[in-house]
Amino acid sequence: MHEMGIAYSVLAAVRTEAARCPDKAPRKVGVRIGEMSALDPDALRFCFEAITRDTDLAGLELDIEICPFRYRCRECGHEFVVQDYQSQCPQCASLETECIGGQELDLVYLEVEEYGAATAGTKSTQ
Amino acid sequence: MERLPLERKVLSENDRIAAELRTRFQEHGILCLNLISSPGSGKTSLLECTLESLPRHDRVAVLTGDIQTDNDAARLKRFHFPVKQITTGGTCHLDARMIERHLADWKLEDLDLLFIENVGNLVCPASYDLGEAAKVVVLSVTEGEDKPLKYPSIFFKSDLLILNKVDLLPYVPFDINAAAENARRVHPGMEIVKVSCLTGNGLHDWMMWLEQRRRACKPAPATLRS
Repeated sequence: MHEMGIAYSVLAAVRTEAARCPDKAPRKVGVRIGEMSALDPDALRFCFEAITRDTDLAGLELDIEICPFRYRCRECGHEFVVQDYQSQCPQCASLETECIGGQELDLVYLEVEEYGAATAGTKSTQ
Repeated sequence: MERLPLERKVLSENDRIAAELRTRFQEHGILCLNLISSPGSGKTSLLECTLESLPRHDRVAVLTGDIQTDNDAARLKRFHFPVKQITTGGTCHLDARMIERHLADWKLEDLDLLFIENVGNLVCPASYDLGEAAKVVVLSVTEGEDKPLKYPSIFFKSDLLILNKVDLLPYVPFDINAAAENARRVHPGMEIVKVSCLTGNGLHDWMMWLEQRRRACKPAPATLRS
């Protein structure tokens, strides 16, 4: 259960980025999590909500993109999603394959909004 | 709404420190191994057997992590090698900053081999690079042979699997071939050694693996300083 530590790391990145644009409010932060990253998305959401609640960042949305466990064949170049840990190339049956995805734990983006835009009544569509 | 690209690792700060540590280890020709397992699989026992069989003058040190107590450090100190306990106070894994901090008053030029015994946990330590040359995962035969399938990340990221407590095989319903097969399903070609820290069975294979790795990380003779 290290999702709390990860949530704090995400929050720290948000604060660093937010400090660069003090006239805007952070609304949503995007992260990428690989299937093989040993991280539980629901636990991460729970922790993130818990540490932002009752703070100036309450309501900050966490957008999690799950990245599949992917391999590339060194022989034929075919890229494929690994099912049931079968790392053999489904196209040419080669065993010479390498992992190219599934271990991500990345910050992707931060969405910010001019202060006042959200409180003006409608969600900003600009 | 404006979208600002971030595009960096969530653990970029940990990874930065780990990369610095890795460079320092390489510069000093130190083999650093990160030992990971469930609680009670026998990481400390394996280290006891290992330290016991190394010559007294060997340049070896151990950092051992636990949530509470310095029991493991006390067990390992009797072999007269430098040992330091990292007590995380609740954190379920070690991170690179803890390693950096606890190494601060050791001279790296005095070391050739550094063992890091992680906190007993098959999940969280997988996410934190400690600057090690390799992760070693320990699985004991009193656990399930499907552990590699349940906790794939750590088996995928570890270079070596140590199947421990094989002396208990006659008494437990553990299919050791299935365990090895499961590990290699997650990590094709994974190296596996079977040991008993109680009887000493298989420890020779582990020591051979260790010796091979130690030789591989020594700087080329041309760069050796006198």
